[in-house]
Amino acid sequence: MTREITYGQAILEATDQLLANDKSVYLIGLGVPDPKGVFGTTVGLEKKHGSNRVMDMPVAENGMTGIILGSSLVGMRPIMTHQRIDFMLLSLDQIINNAAKWHYMFGGKMKAPIVIRLIIGRGWGQGPQHSQSLQALFAHIPGLKVVMPTTPYDAKGLLIAAVKDDNPVIYIEHRWLHNIFGSVPEDFYKVEIGKAHKMAEGSDLTIVSSSYMSLEALKAADFLKKDGISVEVVDLRTIKPLDKETILSSVKKTGRLLVVDGGWRSFGVAAEVMALATENCYGSLKAAPVRVTFPDTPTPTSWALANHYYPKAIDIINSVRTMFNLPVKTEAEIGISYDVPLDVPDKSFTGPF
Amino acid sequence: MDKALLKKLYYEMLRIRLVEENLASLYSEQEMRCPVHLCAGQEAIAVGVCANLKTDDYVMSNHRSHGHFLAKGGNLNEMMAEIYGKETGCCHGKGGSMHLVDLSVNYLGSTPIVAGTIPVGTGVAFGTLLKGEKKVTVVFLGDAATEEGVFYESLNFASLKKLPVLFVSENNFYSVYSPLSVRQPHERDNLTIAKGHGVYSDKGTGNDVLDVYRVAEKAIKHIRDGKGPAFICFDTYRFREHCGPNYDNKLGYRLESEYEEWRKRCPVVTFEKKLLQKKDIDQETIDTYKNKIQSEMDEAVLFAKNSPFPKVSEVYTDVYAEEKKND
Repeated sequence: MTREITYGQAILEATDQLLANDKSVYLIGLGVPDPKGVFGTTVGLEKKHGSNRVMDMPVAENGMTGIILGSSLVGMRPIMTHQRIDFMLLSLDQIINNAAKWHYMFGGKMKAPIVIRLIIGRGWGQGPQHSQSLQALFAHIPGLKVVMPTTPYDAKGLLIAAVKDDNPVIYIEHRWLHNIFGSVPEDFYKVEIGKAHKMAEGSDLTIVSSSYMSLEALKAADFLKKDGISVEVVDLRTIKPLDKETILSSVKKTGRLLVVDGGWRSFGVAAEVMALATENCYGSLKAAPVRVTFPDTPTPTSWALANHYYPKAIDIINSVRTMFNLPVKTEAEIGISYDVPLDVPDKSFTGPF
Repeated sequence: MDKALLKKLYYEMLRIRLVEENLASLYSEQEMRCPVHLCAGQEAIAVGVCANLKTDDYVMSNHRSHGHFLAKGGNLNEMMAEIYGKETGCCHGKGGSMHLVDLSVNYLGSTPIVAGTIPVGTGVAFGTLLKGEKKVTVVFLGDAATEEGVFYESLNFASLKKLPVLFVSENNFYSVYSPLSVRQPHERDNLTIAKGHGVYSDKGTGNDVLDVYRVAEKAIKHIRDGKGPAFICFDTYRFREHCGPNYDNKLGYRLESEYEEWRKRCPVVTFEKKLLQKKDIDQETIDTYKNKIQSEMDEAVLFAKNSPFPKVSEVYTDVYAEEKKND
């Protein structure tokens, strides 16, 4: 049966089913069993599955990452959560030096099936050290897989696929997606890692995007339709391995590429997708590819600054209009208005995090 | 102590020493084209600890791991082939001397990032606990590793969860060329640090294999009794250079007199003398051991040299573990 649940509930349900389905799965992370349960995504799991399988941990990100890695070498399938991606940077040594290379450097003799859930976000003054989007950093490392589900359906299916995968998987979820609703089957199902999802079909231009920015891309596509521009939105779902086939076939069809990435501009996911297209279907391109990204600066805290830091649908719309030699427009001219301030995802969000 | 065990301890130390000395003399042929961190001088710790382990107990180690690997029963042919970069090596040529593994004896791997395997070994112990297995996991670490954050993080978690893990600290006084005195305050005591985390702690004489054996025996009994982790530490000394086959005292980072002092405490020679004096072994047996080990080593080198290099396509394999079908 399929019903409408939130992205956060989809993660909770996937974790619950994984724990029920496989004795080797365990969940560990700061605040996992606390009353708030990692934004509601782990609530009730300790009571149901026991404190040997659902547990809090010391504030020791690097050591604990090595520890879950060690347990995976003897057959466990740990899921580790971090409430902010920024804190887990302390564990890059164990992730990059050890987990990512364990299978390769020992000649394929061992495997490291670990999943690390990382929450990224924006708004309400999260600022320089509470809102970084580092998907490109992880995607650069051979041996890691990186997924960024956008819909509740994908949040559940990709978490199950990640835990069932025999490799270290970095699972990045956007805080502003936790409360969005979508259709999610009650079944235990996987969404294949490495497969993008066409969220909208179109013929004039391809937008490649991921995570929360895919929602902005969809919004932009709706407005662009009114201008007579038919936009195809390819939601990556998996950053690494990149679904080259889906991206390239779409770009070959539309002849135009705009990449929207919730990450810094230089050396990022957008650059990689643009390079992929120019290397492989240069002849099909009717215009130079364009990217819409965060600027190359840390995130400012004040909402007066942050409102201008994050690209929005209007920025996507105007980038597309420019590609078609149309004049840029203001939000008022297009008819975009906001019923909530720009630093919150919806009315229910009243801070502080 | 029973004679067979005394002979075994001697034999294992002698074997590691001769392997390392052979390796050192062959290194100049430039066929072993990877860094090697020889453990000659430190054999007693590897042997004294591993003699207390069962085959299914786990061991993890660091860059200076030949001794740990061999003492746990790791395959010598595969180790030499790995150092020669061959397909038949324990990592099929992808690891080298700093990445040894032998799953048949639960030697789960050595890696060269200082302290890198401390949390991993702690996690192996955590995994065995979660699975309800009764195994001990040993992590060998050097003095510099106790300066890394993950050392404390691992002690803390091991104690919190009462994990069946033994941390074995080998203090050889130098991290590359940096002496202990510029890295740790004189007042510092790792035993107190471990105790402060609620971890059973003990210290022994690192170049005396019998003392190492006894200290490890007590610590491992503590762990097997389900009382939680243990930390044991030993002072010792590496005879050769930090990395490579030569002696590097002429660099001046350590005194010749200090080196000579430790040479007098050579774990193999001193134990050999003791056994001869007490007539626990005779010269003929020692000679037989030496010949046996030398021919084993000759065969291992031959095996390594005659083995094929991995195919070029191997660059691209094993980056990811393949998904099980019908999962």
